[in-house]
Amino acid sequence: MSIWEYMQIYGARLASGTAITCAQFVLAALIAIVVALLAGLGKLSQNWLIRGTSVVYIEIFRGTSLLVQLYWIFFVLPLFGITLPKFVAGFVSVGLNVGSYGAELVRGAIQSVPKGQWEAAYALSMSPAKRMRRIILPQAIGIMLPPWGNLLIELLKGTALVSLISVADLMFQAKQINASTFLSAQSFGIALVIYYILARFFITPFMRRMERAMARRLGKA
Amino acid sequence: MSFNWRWDFTWDILPRLLAATLNTLIAAGAGYAIALVLGLILALAQRTGWRGLTVAVREFVEFIRSTPLVLQIFFVFYVGPQFGIRLSPWTSGMIAIGLHYSAYLSEVYRAGIEAVPKGQWEACRAINMSTRDTYLRIIIPQALPPSIAGMGNYLVGIFKDTPMLSVIGVAELMHTANAIGSESYRFLEPYTLVGVIFLAISLPTAGLIRLFEGWVRRKLGL
Repeated sequence: MSIWEYMQIYGARLASGTAITCAQFVLAALIAIVVALLAGLGKLSQNWLIRGTSVVYIEIFRGTSLLVQLYWIFFVLPLFGITLPKFVAGFVSVGLNVGSYGAELVRGAIQSVPKGQWEAAYALSMSPAKRMRRIILPQAIGIMLPPWGNLLIELLKGTALVSLISVADLMFQAKQINASTFLSAQSFGIALVIYYILARFFITPFMRRMERAMARRLGKA
Repeated sequence: MSFNWRWDFTWDILPRLLAATLNTLIAAGAGYAIALVLGLILALAQRTGWRGLTVAVREFVEFIRSTPLVLQIFFVFYVGPQFGIRLSPWTSGMIAIGLHYSAYLSEVYRAGIEAVPKGQWEACRAINMSTRDTYLRIIIPQALPPSIAGMGNYLVGIFKDTPMLSVIGVAELMHTANAIGSESYRFLEPYTLVGVIFLAISLPTAGLIRLFEGWVRRKLGL
């Protein structure tokens, strides 16, 4: 079967899988960004309880596998009375996992904002919250955007695992088509190319634009 | 709420899980060994000076890095038989995971080599050193210490990615936990223990890598 015939028959299913993958990506990215900010700031907090919670979260999610976390959230959490639909369990797991890596980026970026900026904000008698929001965070975001680009690609790759709890994403569709046709090279090959296109021609350029926009806002370009 | 942790069941399954942990460690070690060597080849291939080769290897590394490992594992495992090459789950798993991480390690090597000051290259040329000696005696010893942190991260990373091998039936930790879960209909203990075992290995390893990095720096007098 030629690749065109293949696409005519299975293209629609691959497209719907791609749409699910994109939805998982966006939702997981939102969770990852929020959680990373909370845990990254939390790790720098003066309050030992907040600091401790952040450190425990970061170490647990960075120290174990995404797949283990996904299975735990999907199969074990219901035993505690929290039952998530598979679609939600998917993006929540991926988001929490990537968020723990992001938290370290947030912390590192905040700590690398030059000391003079902290002192200047203090000298202007800004409140700690205002200093963080107006002075430190915008500069920290400028510093951490490039590594976040890589992290978002890791996140996209992470969403492929949700197929293992049968969320019908791109990976899942490729697996299903392969199981009924045995056309492995086409099924998995096309899926690989679609993931590559998403990463290389959508996420990377988007992050580059964000970096440029941020540099302009910070008056560096 | 049906949450009840059963200790007797925990002690029953622990030996099985620990035996599977050994498989996980072997898989991570073998995959890492492949990745270390292949990564070096990919890094050096980008420095040969042939433009075509550099671009091709660069694109290949980008492709591997931006597509999911689990999909690559399926690809290697299922595409072989279509063309008459049958690979065992272990072999295809090691190929896929080794290849995946070799792309990451090649970037670590590349950054390490590029961080060596230009003057070092020029000095080698000035005293008429061969390319081989330049790399082995001057460049690599200096490129190594800054690379160790990155190499260590990927050692922990490969260890944490071995559960994906369970999808093609490699009998590692996750696969065993799944088997226990479907035999006994109890998921709480096996999955939680898998998480604990992963933490118990990856956290100390990360610490050891930091110590090792300091040791290498001292040894090389940096």
